[in-house]
Amino acid sequence: MTRNFLAGFAYLLLAPLVGALLAGLDRRITARMQGRRGPPILQPIYDVLKLLAKEPIGVRRHGHFFVFGHLVFMMAAGFEFFFGGDLLIVIFAFALASVFLVLGAYAAHSPFSHIGAERELLQMMAAEPILLLTAMGFYLANGSFRVEYIADHPTPALFLLPGIFAALAFILTIKLRKSPFDLSTSHHAHQEIVKGLTTEFSGLSLALVEIAHWYETIMLLGLFYLFLAPYPLAAVLLVAVVYGLEILLDNTSARMKWQWAMKSSWTTASLLGAINLIVLYYWMGTTP
Amino acid sequence: MSFFKKSPWIVHYDGASCNGCDIEVLACLTPRYDVERFGCINTGNPKHADILLITGYINHQSEPVVKAIYEQMAEPKVVVAIGICATSGGIFRDCYNTKGGVDTTIPVDVYVPGCAARPESIIDGVVKAIAVLEEKHQAMKKARKAS
Repeated sequence: MTRNFLAGFAYLLLAPLVGALLAGLDRRITARMQGRRGPPILQPIYDVLKLLAKEPIGVRRHGHFFVFGHLVFMMAAGFEFFFGGDLLIVIFAFALASVFLVLGAYAAHSPFSHIGAERELLQMMAAEPILLLTAMGFYLANGSFRVEYIADHPTPALFLLPGIFAALAFILTIKLRKSPFDLSTSHHAHQEIVKGLTTEFSGLSLALVEIAHWYETIMLLGLFYLFLAPYPLAAVLLVAVVYGLEILLDNTSARMKWQWAMKSSWTTASLLGAINLIVLYYWMGTTP
Repeated sequence: MSFFKKSPWIVHYDGASCNGCDIEVLACLTPRYDVERFGCINTGNPKHADILLITGYINHQSEPVVKAIYEQMAEPKVVVAIGICATSGGIFRDCYNTKGGVDTTIPVDVYVPGCAARPESIIDGVVKAIAVLEEKHQAMKKARKAS
């Protein structure tokens, strides 16, 4: 139990730091891929500290409340995950965190922010089935929804759930809002809807959205770690490969329409995820 | 310690002109000049930006737009007029539709002359703007303490 609490609190303290460094590394690698030198690794931290010093110009007062809700539930989801708790609660808290961000974007009367919020809802719709399939897959493979049991299980889940792993890697792009799925808002300069989801956030609220995104990234990568948890070194390598591929994809693809995002992710979910689950179910039934 | 120096976010707007300076502003983001290594981000959103780069003169159509962009930016904010048109109206200053340089509409902190202004001088202007940004931030802090 002590170990669980330690892991949970370590996440709360260290995830923003590691997430920020990862974001910095991401921007650096992206710059190198484009033939530029790129910003310092600590750049995301500089950005957030600067945003905190800006004049607060919230359009609506409860906009801030929603952004706080977004951060708090993102932290709660990650805490539950690293604590070793129930994977279903992690996924539901995670979904709730995203809903808070969407509500925050709807709080302002800006058409750009509204379109961004709508697209974020579509992105959630595209991603949610696979997150649930992942929880079901882990239950089937390891006999528990609890992250601590899954992590302690001697057989790595990757061998039983390759389809679900691939499907989850597919929606990681949606969740990290990277190209081709940076529909609701984008880290890159220009977009047809200004900054979409984050258009109306500035100063403190934008800083909180950034910090929540660092928590989000670390929690999602933790989910990938879980697939090879019995072999920590290999698992870290797996996470690095997945994130590296994300950066490569981000730099080599253009933004797609939301229809394509829905079709492709649901096709992936049903082809890779559901078939993996069905095959595993019958295979588990035949081998006691 | 303030972090405005390390992360100046930029929004750019072309009032009205030949668009040459605006293209040079974007050239600053290319691998040859790469302003992102100084932490600059081209946001395209005034609410996220610290520095407003305006190229071209101001006419009666662009005037309300420039004012709106300026008003939407959060303090501390700095305006840089880029190119001779933005500085004084340039070759268009006597035209019937021209109001003049950017300072006829909003307060300008840094002027970068040139036709078109070269990326090197634009970056130089942004560096000067960062110093002004820092000053304004300190003034803001003092005012907040005083109140």
